Amino acid sequence: MKAFLMFENSNFSMQQKLPWNEKALIQDLELNTLFNGMAQGDNFIAEVAMKAVLSGVYNDVNTILYRQNILKDSLINASIIKKMYKISVEAIESNKKSYLSEFSLCYPTTTLQNAVGVMQLFVKFLQQLRTIADNYSDNFHSEGFTMLFAMLKRELDDEFFNRVKNHLQELKLENGILLSAGLGKGNTGTHLILHRFLVKRESWFRRLFPKKSSSYSFSIYHKDDRGMRILSDMKGEGVNLVANALAQSADHINSFFTMLQTELAFYMGCLNLHEQLTQMGEPTSFPSPLAKELHKHSFEELHDTCLALTLKQKTVGNTTNADDKTLVLITGANKGGKSTYLRSIGLSQLMMQCGMFVSAITYQSSLCDSLNTHFKREEDITMKSGKLDEELSRMNDIINHLTPSSIVLFNESFAATNEREGSEIARQIVNALLEKRIQVFFVTHLYDFANSIYVRKLANVISLRAERQNDTSRTFRLIEAEPLKTSYGEDLYNKIF
Amino acid sequence: MTPTSNYSFPMTFHSILHKSVNVIIKEKTPVAPDFLVDLNLDQIINTITTGKEEYNLKQYYFTPLSDLDIIRYRHEILQDLENPILFEYLKSFAAGMRAMREDLVQKEKLYYKYQYKQLFLDSAKIYCEAVKTLGDDLSEVNLKSQGLLSFLEYLKNYIQSHSFTKLCAETNKIINDLSTIRYCLTFTDLQVEVHKYESETDFSTEIEEAFAKFKQGAVSDYKVKYSHLLKMNHVEAKILERVAMLYPNIFMDLDTFCVEYLDYADKTIVIFDREIQFYISYLEYLAIFKQEGFKFCYPEFSNPQKGVYDYEVFDLALSYKLINEKSSVVLNDFYLENKERILVVSGPNQGGKTTFARTFGQLFYLASLGLQVPGRKAQLFLFDNLFTHFEKEENIQNLHSKLEDELVRIHDIFDQATPDSIIIMNEILTSTTLQDAVFLNKKIMEKIIQLDLLCVWVTFIDELASFSEKTVSVVTSVVPENTALRTYKIVRGPANGLAYTLSMVEKYQLTYEVLNQRIKS
Repeated sequence: MKAFLMFENSNFSMQQKLPWNEKALIQDLELNTLFNGMAQGDNFIAEVAMKAVLSGVYNDVNTILYRQNILKDSLINASIIKKMYKISVEAIESNKKSYLSEFSLCYPTTTLQNAVGVMQLFVKFLQQLRTIADNYSDNFHSEGFTMLFAMLKRELDDEFFNRVKNHLQELKLENGILLSAGLGKGNTGTHLILHRFLVKRESWFRRLFPKKSSSYSFSIYHKDDRGMRILSDMKGEGVNLVANALAQSADHINSFFTMLQTELAFYMGCLNLHEQLTQMGEPTSFPSPLAKELHKHSFEELHDTCLALTLKQKTVGNTTNADDKTLVLITGANKGGKSTYLRSIGLSQLMMQCGMFVSAITYQSSLCDSLNTHFKREEDITMKSGKLDEELSRMNDIINHLTPSSIVLFNESFAATNEREGSEIARQIVNALLEKRIQVFFVTHLYDFANSIYVRKLANVISLRAERQNDTSRTFRLIEAEPLKTSYGEDLYNKIF
Repeated sequence: MTPTSNYSFPMTFHSILHKSVNVIIKEKTPVAPDFLVDLNLDQIINTITTGKEEYNLKQYYFTPLSDLDIIRYRHEILQDLENPILFEYLKSFAAGMRAMREDLVQKEKLYYKYQYKQLFLDSAKIYCEAVKTLGDDLSEVNLKSQGLLSFLEYLKNYIQSHSFTKLCAETNKIINDLSTIRYCLTFTDLQVEVHKYESETDFSTEIEEAFAKFKQGAVSDYKVKYSHLLKMNHVEAKILERVAMLYPNIFMDLDTFCVEYLDYADKTIVIFDREIQFYISYLEYLAIFKQEGFKFCYPEFSNPQKGVYDYEVFDLALSYKLINEKSSVVLNDFYLENKERILVVSGPNQGGKTTFARTFGQLFYLASLGLQVPGRKAQLFLFDNLFTHFEKEENIQNLHSKLEDELVRIHDIFDQATPDSIIIMNEILTSTTLQDAVFLNKKIMEKIIQLDLLCVWVTFIDELASFSEKTVSVVTSVVPENTALRTYKIVRGPANGLAYTLSMVEKYQLTYEVLNQRIKS
């Protein structure tokens, strides 16, 4: 039994491999703000959100649309989603409690008793799921939810519940124990196996005194404590396999609930985020994921979701048409919104690729299979390498991991050295990336570099500029304009002389 | 009545270690001689024999041979054993024999008769299978050594003998009968009823089926490991008694078997199992090195001549450690030809001098055991005695001064040494003034030259290196591009005590020429 709410035909794995640069992405794009916004205090949701968002680069267009539809269903039926999530959480909690209280797993008889207890609880929660499926399946239209509810109705039918109840009753072993054994090394009893007493038709008397074969009996003296302990050990060994089978079945059901919780958690996170953004008046819309080869990237009113979550208010959006552009060059004054813009690019790409909505009025973009950030970092605290050395080393890592459909976001890279050297490094790298059609967004103060690219008037390059104005607002729209020359030196000279 | 002992096949096979019977090896584990410790051979032998204590192999490793014939006998066997298939066959035979012994040891500790009797039966079964399998296996391999061929012939005859075939048949029958027994136990309060098994249903599979639909992947195992004490308790014993009553004939057969086959294992085979481990243990040890690309060879012997050589040699004890640390190991070459007898090793500390001296000693010693030695191609010398003199900690109980003590020890060596001996000297007679040391060392050197024996001499006294036509000077070398880097390689060359110090100066760019350029005027 699978939930299949994240992929059409496979589970969402919490152990999946995330991109090599997950840490850099989280740090540079401030993704923890996103995860916390989605989680609203539920750590589990935060964790699922992290895996889902970061693994988005591995998804194809179909998976994204599959999730978008499920998310649309969820937005309409939010209360039912929350109820199902709650059921799975409670089921898992009840299991944890019952095992923690009696952790004497070295006695199969105890294991068996525990497992019977847990199973009885699980049956209750499974029945609740079945009831939801019976009552609400008609409200859902996405392929994912339609399949899930059909599966619940099919597998959790009345016959299943009856059979399970009978087994659980018998496993209380109220009618004595029947074992079989063989002779092992040193002729010790081995392979002790528990058997069910024969079918009900046979009388109690026949069972204990089968007429066909002979039997030999003996009794343990009632003061023989050791003998009694031995007997109960043998019983324990006899129920070993059954106890294991039932406990493992309980684990399987627990895994089922865990999987359901995991996959619902993603949509819970989306619901939480949607609620907050709507409250702030931030736009939300479902983006159009496009094939990698199309080289599309355009949007209207794109907002930085994380900035909105931090400020808890509506932010300023940007509109860019970078369709068929390979390089977006971003220059301009400090505090002009360059970094915010760059982050919103990375963030929306990740949100789209994991199946979420984005904070924009419209958004379309080709999928990338590798998103990389090369942001200016604070001084290397380990002191092992110089700053430029560290930057180049990170750049080397990125180059090592580039795929044909990659996006690289540069934020004031190679500024650790003087402008001429920095520009030369940037030029060498960016020119190589341009030729390979790797999509690049480059925020820079390196005028020499920016201008030398700009003057070539390449068709696949667009230059944006941030303006700082005497206003209280924090961020501003970027406009399409030539790189800005920042002539501090000249200013300074003029000022002093 | 023990029909399995006292075979009298007309076999020439005596021992896989010796061609004839008249070699007596003491059963007691002898203590390692001093020189083994100096050469780190004790470490090597410990590593080799660890986990094989039951075979008491050290005595073989402590007994050098004096007969080239036996060395050849062993070389042949080792060459056969280089066939990995044969090697695995012998290892599984050893595993079988070990399991048999374990059963017999266990048996002695048991009280209930149908318990220890079953173990005895089990040991016989293991023995039969191990012997038969070995017979089949060895016949399948193309053996060339005299030792293994004559053993195989012995083995074949034994396997075809009436008593062995009967032993096997009886064993199998009873084992089979016992394994078919399956009985039921019904517990009601304090009563236990034992009866025969009548196909009952297994509850656990039914449970698994009922919940199969939830299967998600691997889950934990809740089965409790029941490590059955072999020793039965009284309840189990009562159950077994009743099982025996349910199946009386099978248990009667078991009784008879234990009387009839009391001493079933053949002595020659038992000894073979032990002695073959001498080779197996060594080859398993070598495998560690071979895997890393190190070379081993069967040495030729120069006797009575003394021209010796070996190429790409290494210290086994040190390399074993370095391999574990994933560090690289340095290979060395050496040769002594014509009148050359003595390698005088000099050079910087920690440069590999002592290691080289040990390597040299290890080679000759291992060769004297009839084993393969490190190196690509070797010609060695079968010594009558191997002496080492390594600097020792001061011994307080000894009234002699350290220098005196050393001279006494050296004197002892010369009392026993013959021209066929080998001596390894490591920084001797240094606890005195340089003048004294030079004098004493020269005196000892004269004696060694007089004896015309093979010798390695590690020293800081350059004068010894060019002492006579019998001495060859070898030095630890450095990397040409970085003279501070020691290679641990020993090469022929004139002794030069300053070389290392100069190399350190260059590394830090403090030589006169470099300083001239670095310091701006």
